[in-house]
Amino acid sequence: MPKVIVDNDRCKGCEMCVIACPKKILSLDHSVTNSKGYHPAHVNDESACIGCGSCTIMCPDCAIKVEVD
Amino acid sequence: MSEKVLMKGNEAIAEAAIAAGCRHFFGYPITPQTEVAAYMSKRMPKIGGVYLQAESEVASINMVLGAGAAGVRVMTSTSSPGISLMAEGISYIAGSDVPCLIVNVERGGPGLGGIQPSQSDYFQATKATGHGDFHMLVFAPSTVQETVDLISDAFDLGDKYRMPTMILSDGLLGQMMEPVELPEPKEPVDNKDWAAKGHQGKRTHNVVNSLYIEPKELEDLNIARFERYKKIMETEQRAEEYLVDDADIIIVAFGASSRISHSAVDMARKQGIKAGLIRPITLWPFPEKYIRKHIGHAKAFLSVEMNMGQMVEDVKMVVAEKRPVHFFGRTGGVVPTPKEVLGQIVKLNGGDC
Amino acid sequence: MSKIIGERPKALLDIPLHYCPGCTHGIVHRLVAEVIDELGIEGKTVGVASVGCSVFTYNYFGCDMVQAPHGRAPAVATGVKRARPDDVVFTYQGDGDLAAIGMGETVHAAARGENIVAIFINNAIYGMTGGQMAPTTLPGMVTQTTPYGRDTSVAGNPIRVCELLSSVNGVALAERVTVDCVKNVKAAKRAIKKAFEYQMAGKGYCIIEVVSTCPTNWGMSPGDSIQWLRDNMLPYYPQGVYKDVGEGEQ
Repeated sequence: MPKVIVDNDRCKGCEMCVIACPKKILSLDHSVTNSKGYHPAHVNDESACIGCGSCTIMCPDCAIKVEVD
Repeated sequence: MSEKVLMKGNEAIAEAAIAAGCRHFFGYPITPQTEVAAYMSKRMPKIGGVYLQAESEVASINMVLGAGAAGVRVMTSTSSPGISLMAEGISYIAGSDVPCLIVNVERGGPGLGGIQPSQSDYFQATKATGHGDFHMLVFAPSTVQETVDLISDAFDLGDKYRMPTMILSDGLLGQMMEPVELPEPKEPVDNKDWAAKGHQGKRTHNVVNSLYIEPKELEDLNIARFERYKKIMETEQRAEEYLVDDADIIIVAFGASSRISHSAVDMARKQGIKAGLIRPITLWPFPEKYIRKHIGHAKAFLSVEMNMGQMVEDVKMVVAEKRPVHFFGRTGGVVPTPKEVLGQIVKLNGGDC
Repeated sequence: MSKIIGERPKALLDIPLHYCPGCTHGIVHRLVAEVIDELGIEGKTVGVASVGCSVFTYNYFGCDMVQAPHGRAPAVATGVKRARPDDVVFTYQGDGDLAAIGMGETVHAAARGENIVAIFINNAIYGMTGGQMAPTTLPGMVTQTTPYGRDTSVAGNPIRVCELLSSVNGVALAERVTVDCVKNVKAAKRAIKKAFEYQMAGKGYCIIEVVSTCPTNWGMSPGDSIQWLRDNMLPYYPQGVYKDVGEGEQ
């Protein structure tokens, strides 16, 4: 099952990944504020991740990776 | 090469640069130095070098920045208005600690001015080339042979101190023909380990840059650069002294003015006036040592220039009101005559012209 | 055996980018670095940083870098390339740098067929200085210096750089791309890779114009900026190949 890894400190909460995700399983985690004051992205339902990597392609900060088998 | 060849000043500039191992020239035509570019355009392709006519002096100096940053010996040549266009680029070159050679074959100014020789870019060359705190090593030859010799030194010292260097010539020197002995040609050497030339996977990247956003970092860099300048001021001052040791009236003059003044000094001596000449060869660093040692016995100093009075301010600063410092100049392309300068010497000596 | 998708390319150093959230500079930096990695050329690449929001590119790329004055990157790149013809040289420029102050240097480098790649970020505004009109600002577009909307009778018309350069002999590739979605980002990367390959084949000047966003100075969220780009930028600056000398010619 693909695993999404977000670098909370690099993420700027821009939501480009959120928009790009075809399964709409990403959103900003408002319970977390990183050292720059942003709410980083997180996965709502990892079981629905298809490992397409769209999030990684649209991220301007190399802040999201996907581990696939 | 021990044989002498008759060469035009501008062409000798090109040949001397090639002998010093320079294989990259970027420039734009402007009177009275276009022969440098034309000569380079013929010579460079024959020796595997690069001659590129840029679209402007702005582009030229930026090509010089690029090639210099990539670690090669590089030069450009222009005349006064072209140096104004290059001001930004020269500031970046100095701020990036990139060596290069810039030749200014001065003409009348300001503005479009004239095409005849002048020395009215002294301030620009030594104090106000471009924005920010920096200097260029500035050399003022007075013969075609000296131009050739100084170009070799300019490249070597520019590399040693990592700074732009300038040959401040003028239309007279650029156009005249004199016999020269060219130096032994040097092959280009690729040994600048700070250059942006491709790291080949063997080191971390080199960045040739002048932007330092952190104030302390920028201050430290300026201070370090000025430590190098201090060393230069202590060790690289050059001037020629002619009949100065017992002189009452000491002329200070560089380039074409110095040749005229040299004749005037001879004429004055024939009349029994103890005149002498200090001829700065480096304009930056200003050769204060040479002036200072003669303040004691001199009665007066006379700065002879082809401008409205620029180097005279540096002479005044060194003499520091201990003796009178006077100025005589012609400008606009008008070249003073030895007789005119002699008249000034006689006047200062207390006589009538 | 698992693998990771989305690793930072080696040619992009592990340094936090200073760009605004959602700024497409970050995507383009990554694409250029991925191309450099895939072609294995980092060791012989020299990048020329320009002046604008991307002024710090000299910190981000792992290859040797030179910082150029505003607009002068094509001339600086020319100097580097003529001194090191075997190196791969690219510039990374915004719309003010490439098409306002640097238009002369751009056109002449193109006309010389200078073997360099220009990565041109067109977001129709001056970002670094706080959102003033750019040569690519659209008619009617509000910026800090066109507060009532760009009036072309006073402030002139936007310049379509790819179209302009397509008429210049010496240009090997002039392609306009965008990075608003996965499909277009992949196409942008293909174009950038082609440009670098053309340079290595000595074909001439290549420019990849990337229609980009500036959420901060457009005054909208990154997501809304993407939509604004589609609705307003792409109709005026259509994606496409404006010149391509092809595989065979030079």
